[in-house]
Formats: sequence, C-alpha cells, structure tokens
Amino acid sequence: MRFEKRTPQLRLKLEGWRSRVVLGLIAAGFVTLAARAFYLQAVHNEFLQAKGEARYGRVLDLPASRGPVTDRNGKALAISTPVESIWATPEDLEDVDASHLSQLARALAIPAAEVRQKIDRKDRQFVYLKRQISPDQAAKVMALGIPGVFQQREFRRYYPAGEVMAHVVGFTGIEDNGQEGIELAEERRLAGAAGSRKVIKDRKGRIVEDLEGARAPRDGEAVTLAIDERLQFLAHRELKSVVESSHARAGSLVILDAKSGEILALVNMPDYNPNNRASVTGSQTRNRSVTDLFEPGSTMKPFTVAAALEAGIVTPDTMIQTGPGAWQFAGWTITDTHANGLISVAQVIEKSSNIGSAKITLQMSPERMGTFYRDLGFGAVPDTGFPGEAKGMLKPWAEWRPIEQATMSYGHGISVSLLQLARAYTIFTTGGELLPLALEKRDAHPIGKRVISLRTAQQVTRMMEMAVSPAGTAPLAAVPGYRVAGKTGTAYKAEQGGYAEHKYHSSFVGFAPASNPRFIVAVMIDEPQGAHHFGGDVGAPVFSSVMGAALRMTSVPPDAPATLAPGTLNVQAQPTRSAG
Amino acid sequence: MARVAGVLLVLAMLCAMGVVTSQHRARKVFVDLEAEQSDQRKLDEEFTQLTLEQSTWATNKRIDSIAAKSLGMRLPDASNTVIVTPDGEPVSGKRP
Repeated sequence: MRFEKRTPQLRLKLEGWRSRVVLGLIAAGFVTLAARAFYLQAVHNEFLQAKGEARYGRVLDLPASRGPVTDRNGKALAISTPVESIWATPEDLEDVDASHLSQLARALAIPAAEVRQKIDRKDRQFVYLKRQISPDQAAKVMALGIPGVFQQREFRRYYPAGEVMAHVVGFTGIEDNGQEGIELAEERRLAGAAGSRKVIKDRKGRIVEDLEGARAPRDGEAVTLAIDERLQFLAHRELKSVVESSHARAGSLVILDAKSGEILALVNMPDYNPNNRASVTGSQTRNRSVTDLFEPGSTMKPFTVAAALEAGIVTPDTMIQTGPGAWQFAGWTITDTHANGLISVAQVIEKSSNIGSAKITLQMSPERMGTFYRDLGFGAVPDTGFPGEAKGMLKPWAEWRPIEQATMSYGHGISVSLLQLARAYTIFTTGGELLPLALEKRDAHPIGKRVISLRTAQQVTRMMEMAVSPAGTAPLAAVPGYRVAGKTGTAYKAEQGGYAEHKYHSSFVGFAPASNPRFIVAVMIDEPQGAHHFGGDVGAPVFSSVMGAALRMTSVPPDAPATLAPGTLNVQAQPTRSAG
Repeated sequence: MARVAGVLLVLAMLCAMGVVTSQHRARKVFVDLEAEQSDQRKLDEEFTQLTLEQSTWATNKRIDSIAAKSLGMRLPDASNTVIVTPDGEPVSGKRP
C-alpha cells in the first residue's frame, strides 16, 4: 500500500477478473505455441525434415569402376581410370566476362571460340565443354570458380597392349559397356553397379553426417584371361610380318596349351587400335579365328588316319596305291601335287596325299566318319563363351555322297574355324582326349573326352613328325632342338558354286615338343599372293618362329638337342659369391 | 524436494552439454573420416593411373623395338646356345 500512499492515481480498485483474463490469454498463447510446436515436431515433421534436407542434404552418386582384364600373369590388358567431363549450363554463363571465358578455354585446352560457340546455345540446359579430361586438369578448371561450370566423374577404358590384344579383349562404348570381345562376353562381371548415399553437408560443403539408405558401389570383378601377353605379342608380330610379306588378305593364329586347353594367344590380321577407333571397320574388329570359317584342307588328314587306325582298318605300314597322282572316283578326279605311287599310311601324312586319304576314308562307313568328326568338335560351337563363335559346316553323315566323304577326308566340303581346328589337335597332345577350351585362366587341368586311344595318338604324332622332316611337306616348320609334329593345309577358297582358281587358305597346325607337347600352334593365312602359297611355304615358317620362341620363352627343355647346331660354350665361369 | 529438483536440473544441463559436445566431436571425426576416404579414393585413382603408365611403358612392342633398334640386341641363334643337363654336362655344343 505504499504506492497508493505516494501516488493516489494508482489507488484504483481493479476488478479481479481483468487480471485473470490477461493470465488466461497469456496461458492460451503458450498453449497455442506448445500445440504448434508439438504439431511441427511430432505430427507434421516430414515436411520440415524434407525442407531441411533439401538445404543441407545431398544425394551423392558413387560411381563404380569397371573391373580390369589381365593376362594369366596379371599384366593389365584393360584398365579403367577416372576422368572428368566438364559440362555447363549456358544460361549461367551469360554474365561471365570474356577474360574468364578465355581462362576457361585455356584450362580446357580448347580454342576460346569453341567455348563461346558451345555456350551460345541458350536453348540447352546442359552442354559438354569437354569430355574425359584428366582429374588434374579438371581440378584446374574448377579452381577458376566460374558459376555454371560443373564436372562429372566418368571412367575411361584404356588398353595398354593396343592392337596386340584388340580382338581378344574387345572394347567398350562411350557409356562404358562392352561392345566386342571379352568386354562384351563378360559384361555382367566386369560392369560394376553404381551406388549412392544421402549426406548432410555443412556450410563449407563438408560432409558431416550420413543419412539413411546408403548403397555402396560395387566395383566390377577382375577377369583373368588364359592369354599369355608375351606369347600373344610374339604371335602378333610374326603373323603381321607374314601377312604383310605375302600380301595376304587376312590371317589368324592360335596358340593353345596342349595339356589344359587354355587359349594362350589368339591373333588376327587385319587388326586395329582399340584406344583410337575413329576409322575402324568391321573387317578389322572381327576375331577371325573364332568367327570365320574356312575349309581346312590337308590339316584334316591326321584325323582321317586316326579314325582308320582306331577302327583297326589300317596300320601305319599298310600300303596304299596312289598311282600317278590323279584318281577317277565317282565321276570326279582327285589329284595329288606329286605322283607318289605306292606309299604307306604314314607317308600319306608325310607327303600329304589326297588320294591316299580318300582311299582310307572310303574303307569306313559315313556313320563312323561323321560321328568321329562330331567327337572332334566340328559342326558345334567350341563353347569358349566368346561372342559370335562359328560352329562350322558339317553335313549330317546320312546325307553324304561317297565323293563328299572322300573330299572331307582331306578337308574340302567341311568348314571349321581355326579355333575348332586347333582344339581338335588336342587329341594328339593329350594322348587321345579332346579338351574343352578356356579363355580364362584355369586352376586345374580339365577333364577331356576320350576320342582315340593313346596308341593311335602316338602313331599319328609320329606321322606328323615325318611331315615336318626334310622329306615331308613342311620342313620349314622345324624348330632346332625340338621334335615338332604338324600338318600343312592348302585349300582352294570356296566361292559361289565352286572353287576359286588362285585363291587359297594356307594353314599349318602343329605341336611341340612331340615327346611331351606343351603348345599347339595353328596358323591360317587367307589368300597369300605370289608363288609360295602352300601351307608349307607360308604357314610353316610362322609356326616355326612362333613355336621356337614360345618354347624358349617358357624354358621347355629340348627333346631333340642333337638337331641344334654344335655351338661354343661361351659362358664364362661366374665368380660364385658365398653366402654370409 | 527443491534440492533434489535442483540437483536433477544441474544433471540434466550437464547431460545436455555432453550431448552437444559429443555430437560436435562425432561430426569432427566424421569429417576426418570423409577426408581419409577421399584420400583413399585419390590414391586408388593414382594407382590405376600409375598401373596404366607402367603397362604402357612396358609394352612388349616398345621393349622389342628398343632392344632391337637402340640397343642392337638379337636372340642368340643355335650356334651360340649350349644346352646343359642338370649335372652341368653340355648336351649340345662344345666347350671352347
């Protein structure tokens, strides 16, 4: 009551309800606020959280890298490295002055006029300024801090081995998906799956928290091929040189591991550079040894003889009359290059006699021969998983005419891919078993399918060694120091309705060391020009140089050291360093 | 009663401060983690680039041409080769 005494104006008697009303209003206000707060926090919170996230939350794409492809020794054949693509929104670049634009152009290493032209297209929201530049260069571009310029992470595929591996590894398209070769065949394993994560970024753009729903990216798997890069290089070099020197249209070469069926090298000419495919044509990208068919010619004869030996119809010493080198049969003339007269079955292989081979096959039923060819994998895809495998042409035996059976015995009227032919030769290198092929490295030796007996395999191998001897058709295939077994083939090219007059497929298939084979090498040259067109003249030297180098490179002990010319021991005694 | 309430209030305040501090620490550590992860990515990238560089320098083609052209190397032929058995006996070729 002191106030009332000093200030009589305050000596009012207020109605009691007035203060209660005020109190009530204030309380109502608080209740409203509390209700609103509760509503926002508990009931209507999604909206606010969404808004908050929109301001600070970001969805980051996490790109996955494509798996590498390596050779059997881990050497990289295809690698993806990250690159950046610089893109811009032309609208935002309108206000940027010329000096900034020229800086941008310099950082991108493109003419300023080109930048100007690209961002002049105002109708577009998105334009690439430059695709796939190195991350360092991109960092310099972004450091300019020009608004409306962004970077985008991409991966670029490089093929260090270039044309040497081109047909095997293939290549990817601009969207990083496989287009050819292994890149296509193993697309599912090589391609990774991109991930994403939702994060909160602070004012400085640092990630401070992970929100829910992160998907980790899955990088593509690595694929380890059976190919040996060194052998592949060697094969490529030798094939290239023979295709060029003989002015051939094309050529292929396959090296198989004689015991495991792994494909150690697979080369074709013409080739191309997978890193620069500006002017690449289909004829360059085709993996001919897998997709193209040819008539194998005399390289089929060892199978004819093997079938006959297996059937017990002949022995290596059974004599066959081949006469003057021409034989009338069923209205056709079968000819030999030389008049061989009376020769043994072994000599049929050594001299490569068509007549001898026809006479041998005609002693067997079409069913036996047809089944035998099937057992060798002819007329069926070799199942390596490579895209576009050819299965070859093999008529069902029930439809064979006798002349067809006769010509097939020396490789006409049947067509195969070089890979199929090389594979069929595994029956001689494994002692009678046909091996499944493998493009990828094998950990264990596969189980083959027995086609002929060990004895037959050894007998035919012996005959094929004679073919490589000085008296045979392919002395040029010999490798000093090693026993080599092989067979030449020269086939007229089949064209519409008949055989072309001066067009040949010259081939050579062989293996070494004959005592315990390590490699099968099959060569095919398409239309070699010039006087030397026979398999023994064109294919055999390539075989010899590739096989010789492969044996040396893998330190295979010589099984015929006597054929090495006597040399001098020019290795000086090394001073031995004692340990410790 | 009031004293208990006071103690609880102080405890609650301390807990609240603790939550704030640990949240802050967690964010700092998270930022560090992010930085390390981005370093890892950069190193991965560098690694693939170096692998690429290495395999480009070491292509057989390049080695072959340098060996043959600049260094004048060639494969020893049969006359320069001696094959020895594991016991050291020459199988082919003669000792000088």
